[in-house]
Amino acid sequence: MAFLHELATGMGGVRTAGDLVARVMSSKAMRIEEAKKYVADKLKVSVMDLSDSQAMREVREELNIGHVLARPGAAIGIEAKVRIEQILGININSVSKFKKKIGLI
Amino acid sequence: MGKILSRMGDGSVCYLTEKELRGDLEEGTRDAADRGKIAPLTEHELRRLYEICASPQKVVSIEPGDEVVHSFDAGTLKFPLRGGVPVDRLATVLAHERAICSDTIEVGHIDYSFKPVKSIIHEERQVMEQIQLNATIPVFYGAMPNLGLYTKPDGPVDNWSELLPMMKIVEAQAAQEEAVEHALKDIFFVSSVMHEAGSDGINFDTVGASGDGDFLAALMAIEKLKKEYPEMDIEIGMAGEFVLGMHGDLFYDNVRLAGLYPHKQVKLVEKAGASVFGPVINTNSNKTVPWNIARACTFVKACSEASNIPVHPNAGMGVGGVPMTSTAPVDAISRASVALVEIGKADGL
Repeated sequence: MAFLHELATGMGGVRTAGDLVARVMSSKAMRIEEAKKYVADKLKVSVMDLSDSQAMREVREELNIGHVLARPGAAIGIEAKVRIEQILGININSVSKFKKKIGLI
Repeated sequence: MGKILSRMGDGSVCYLTEKELRGDLEEGTRDAADRGKIAPLTEHELRRLYEICASPQKVVSIEPGDEVVHSFDAGTLKFPLRGGVPVDRLATVLAHERAICSDTIEVGHIDYSFKPVKSIIHEERQVMEQIQLNATIPVFYGAMPNLGLYTKPDGPVDNWSELLPMMKIVEAQAAQEEAVEHALKDIFFVSSVMHEAGSDGINFDTVGASGDGDFLAALMAIEKLKKEYPEMDIEIGMAGEFVLGMHGDLFYDNVRLAGLYPHKQVKLVEKAGASVFGPVINTNSNKTVPWNIARACTFVKACSEASNIPVHPNAGMGVGGVPMTSTAPVDAISRASVALVEIGKADGL
């Protein structure tokens, strides 16, 4: 079911900017168009680019915010989320808890 | 033109003439409009729905740039439990992130209700903490309010489903009111611990399954959680298209809960403080998929128009125009998916 919806209407998660739009949508209770524009502005790309896996691969690799390919040395998981929190200007709960655990806050 | 391949609401193939397909779309939207006292779809929207449903392609999709984000219920139960794949929940989350490319995912316990999670909360917290270290996509914790679990012999209160047939109305109402208080405590406790574990949010799933008391417990819990944790993200997904009046006299924000349809449910969910609302429109397996899709889109469109928060209609087995079968055909799913986004103006699914 998840595959089929993804194929028909999905943004594509870390393959594109789906996870970023979803984060902004739920943390700011923003509707889809507004959330996409917010993320596009923060990443300095067009709204169309957000669902383009080629365009977003380059952006994600450059910003080092995690990608479908877990490349050696690249940020992934909590490392990527620390960067995502800064870039999008949102609060990510797991990042706050992580920083508290390692004594950063 | 020959007959158009379509589906019944149980997933079986049927063939429709152009006239039959148009008729089903008109009848589906009329049924929703009558029940919900909302506007039917416009002629333009029905024409677009006809194009979607009559397309000869197996898979239909939306135009590039119009994509939406997807959230899940029972997210980590599907591979390991239902599919029997021997992977744990961390592996399931990473498969969703890096293989399926889901936008978000949700972790849940196999019993999937707040009450049973209470006694194993420390183990659930440990799983969430490990997952949050490894996952990049938003990971929610999900469970059902499931008010029915608080009835005897498994719970402390009398069973209103037994009291009601005996015409013990007052006793049945009192039992539900007591169950709401128990559920509220459990939901608050479990959600608080999962928030402390780093969860990206809480997904209240199948809300209203036990009727208006179930919905009230969820709304009260959301309000209490948002007061304690203003930054907590909360998604709420419903159990059915209207709230069953098992109690009949329960109110939230001076609105009677029994009988509410999605466009009114969402206003209370907003008021309580949730960030995403998931309406449910039940699939009628005796009607065609086009009939069900037109009906679902009518309800979802009214809900999206009324809402100030994102709307993610449920589009799994037996809801949102998707056939009532565990192996729903790709042609039917893709048509429901596109229709809910294009016509229903959904922000996600």
